[in-house]
Amino acid sequence: MKLPVYLGLLHRCEHTLAESFRQVADGHGDEPDVYFLCRALADQCEKHERALQPIVERYGEVDKDDEPERLHADGLSSTRSGAVGLLRDLQDLYLLGSLVDITWTMVKQAAQGLRDAELIGVVTRCEAETKTQLEWLSTRMKQAAPQALIVAE
Amino acid sequence: MVDRIADIWGTRTPYAQGEQWPVRVDQVLAKGLTGQDVDRWVQSACVLCSNGCGIDIAVKDGAMVGVRGRAADRVNHGRLGPKGLFASWQGVSNKDRLARPLIRENGELVETDWDTAMGRIVSRSKALLQEKGPLSHGFYTSGQLFLEEYYALGVIGKAGLGTPHMDGNTRLCTATAAAAMKESFGSDGQPGSYTDIDECDAIFLYGHNMAETQTVLWARVLDRISGPDKPLVVCVDPRPTEVARHADVHLPVRPGTNLALMHGLVREVIRNGWIDEEYIASHTLRFEDLADQIEQWTPEAVAAECGVDASAVVEAARIFGTSRRVLSTVLQGFYQSSQATASSCQVNNLHLLRGMIGQPGCGILQMNGQPTAQNTREAGADGDLPGFRNWENPEHIKELAELWDVDELVISHWAPPTHAAQIFRYAEQGSIKFLWISATNPAVSMPQLPRIRGILSKPDLFLVVQDLYMTETTKYADVVLPAAAWGEKTGTFTNVNRTVHLSEQAVEPPGQARSDLQIFLEYSRRMDFRTNSGGPLLDWEGPEDGFNAWRECSRGRPCDYTGLSYERLRGGSGIPWPVNDEHPDGTDRLYGDGTFPTHGEDTEDYGHDLTTGASVGPQAFKAMAPNGRAIFKTAPYQGAHETPDGEYPLRYTTGRTAYHFHTRTKTGRAPQLHDAAPSMWVEMSPGDAESLKLREGDQVRVESRRGHLFAPVRIAGVRTGTVFAPFHYGYWDDHEGEDPEQHPTAANELTLTEWDPVSKQPVFKTAAVRVTKVADATGPAPAPTTTASRPARAGRVPATAGGAAGEVSETIAPAEPQAAAPGKEES
Ligand code: SF4
Repeated sequence: MKLPVYLGLLHRCEHTLAESFRQVADGHGDEPDVYFLCRALADQCEKHERALQPIVERYGEVDKDDEPERLHADGLSSTRSGAVGLLRDLQDLYLLGSLVDITWTMVKQAAQGLRDAELIGVVTRCEAETKTQLEWLSTRMKQAAPQALIVAE
Repeated sequence: MVDRIADIWGTRTPYAQGEQWPVRVDQVLAKGLTGQDVDRWVQSACVLCSNGCGIDIAVKDGAMVGVRGRAADRVNHGRLGPKGLFASWQGVSNKDRLARPLIRENGELVETDWDTAMGRIVSRSKALLQEKGPLSHGFYTSGQLFLEEYYALGVIGKAGLGTPHMDGNTRLCTATAAAAMKESFGSDGQPGSYTDIDECDAIFLYGHNMAETQTVLWARVLDRISGPDKPLVVCVDPRPTEVARHADVHLPVRPGTNLALMHGLVREVIRNGWIDEEYIASHTLRFEDLADQIEQWTPEAVAAECGVDASAVVEAARIFGTSRRVLSTVLQGFYQSSQATASSCQVNNLHLLRGMIGQPGCGILQMNGQPTAQNTREAGADGDLPGFRNWENPEHIKELAELWDVDELVISHWAPPTHAAQIFRYAEQGSIKFLWISATNPAVSMPQLPRIRGILSKPDLFLVVQDLYMTETTKYADVVLPAAAWGEKTGTFTNVNRTVHLSEQAVEPPGQARSDLQIFLEYSRRMDFRTNSGGPLLDWEGPEDGFNAWRECSRGRPCDYTGLSYERLRGGSGIPWPVNDEHPDGTDRLYGDGTFPTHGEDTEDYGHDLTTGASVGPQAFKAMAPNGRAIFKTAPYQGAHETPDGEYPLRYTTGRTAYHFHTRTKTGRAPQLHDAAPSMWVEMSPGDAESLKLREGDQVRVESRRGHLFAPVRIAGVRTGTVFAPFHYGYWDDHEGEDPEQHPTAANELTLTEWDPVSKQPVFKTAAVRVTKVADATGPAPAPTTTASRPARAGRVPATAGGAAGEVSETIAPAEPQAAAPGKEES
């Protein structure tokens, strides 16, 4: 069964996303909404990590993945500055968040196939929050884009 | 004669439930004058708070010499409060008024003529448009202009320039009211009416110190309280306000914890089955969303988080759940605090749970702070689209483009309008280079003043400031425009409960001052903004043309003015919108039939996630198919972002006093009001004062992570652990010529830049501070004794009084007030 591979992927991705949210919060402290929300969303990702923990333990860790990741979602190494920098950092978060989101969807499909009520419960709670994270990023980027792309220096 | 400084609310005229509130006409004239000396009385309404009291201006020899309340007006039944009585005319007729435009030459502001001043604005504006485009322009306006002026500004911004960067200081006072109504009901539009005070069995005041903010409205409540069948009163406020003193249940919550309390109240009401299941089933959706968020908020959990008694929470919920008719009012204690929109939506939710909306006595008043804030919202000067149109709905954009005869692409609708704090952020970053501020004073009223001063003084920011007086903000301007004031121009405005008043010109403005409308029209003309067919974008001659243009814009929208005209508004009472063929006499209450503007095509806003502010968007909204039902919206409780810690151990909260309005540009110039509360103070509880060895009047330094201030301390009844500061006191009348950098005193030196994710209203009510003593008292703190600032221990501080100067004539029941207009449900 390959579900453990996906669980591991999801667990790692949530961790990376949490770190990246924190990184963006710290790097853009002059944007108070970005600062406070990114910190809150980082906490939310860590909550997802914790929620997954018992499931990961139940299905077991996989050391060897026979379809190793080709696309490396490493998270943000540093943040940029300025209006366009903010836009690009938010967009990076969006990409990472999308990876998390679609991974939740895959895991949910498997959970339903397995009739694993505990896992279905975890997915239902977390998946909706991930979607809202993406919606917020998109809302915030839409607001920032015209100014950043047209008039910012 | 009554000393209305000592007695803020005036003589009681008790009345019973369902009766008409008696008339009492309050009148004050300049010293030595009697009614016979007055040449004429000119109809208007008061612009010193959102209540909208009908007022007549006394004119003698071409000058304003006093005021009286309008007996026939449905809002005030003749009464006026201290601000209306003393500041409305004295705050305007003053030797300090700006009489000529000023421009900056070699670093100094010097007098000039209009042609030069406007020429300078227009040449900068045109050059920037050419070089950077419309997004280089920002406008920050007010909640104190007239409807016609906002609409002109809205059209200029949206159809002339095409910039989304326009907001009002209404963002600071009323944005959450609008946001909460949009989320719950699909559109802005006050459900309730002041007449609900006459009918209710219980009244809940959430973070609303009505006794000081809308004194005449509170007089109406007091008259019910002293009547035969008094309503129960529940007050949520960390201070022992006058409201709290009359409350049957007072919940002095820790600042920043409102949402936990609201979750607790909703939980109790649901668990006890005090809900109207039939109403919920037919008129609402997403009831099931509430359960997850409220489950943990038992009365005991609320008590622990909010610092109130669990039994008081239970009792408040019981009153809400079992009273036949409940009126709720909400203001800054909720709007300027953490999770503002979510907390205010829970108030709406409580009413939806019981199906108590739009019936007599069952109202919601999501209050406004300022007198004309409603019009800033309606006319689109706060960035929203005029007529409560939806920027995400292409049909609405098309309607506006047709109405204005401009290209749809000009109207910036690709993103939400830019809110005030973001406008200042863009100016800070240098992408907004032209900022036009009208009738507001951000150098005192915005949060985190050291930062705001830095932005306003940026050399690459071209700053236009339009005001009555030199203020803390004009100091940074490149051009200062002298504006005509209330009483010196004609126009209309709308109060909290949608009542539209006409305010006629009574006297000429001083010197060369011009109305804000004339100024905006002149800018539009000089910029040569044109329609598709080549005519001028704004071809109005004066305010009445503006009103008629607005009427067309409002046609068919929830705020329908089509049945109103200047003629219709002359004489008698103000009239509440909608006024149209269906409701020719106006509308007292909205949503009595349980139908809400949540059809996809008429909704003003598709809504947001209340935790993050993420937009729901048209697709998800339509998929939800609310189709006229209200929506239960909520969010998990998170608490304030900055809470006390070892370094900054106290909670800091700001607010106002009965005697002043905003940054006192008017009220500070009325001697009676000035003397009642002349300068800055802070309030602390006896316990906190004792642990710092502070005595009444001692000078303290209050410090947050962002700044500090110096002020004398009033030992008052504020809850332990909390420091209160009034936000009115800036630097314009600081006679020692103190510099804000050297000797800061303004409350907003300490506040933090943070806003609600949905309404974008700044958080003024929570921050962490520390207090140190700097000097012994030289006398008591200059805080009034008649308000929430009263000393904790009586008898040690002289009582606030106005003496002969504070005397006002009160004539009880000389006439019948105009009957309220019928509710929508009745017609
Ligand atoms: S209650 Fe408000 S509107 Fe009425 S007189 Fe006082 S300040 Fe003016």
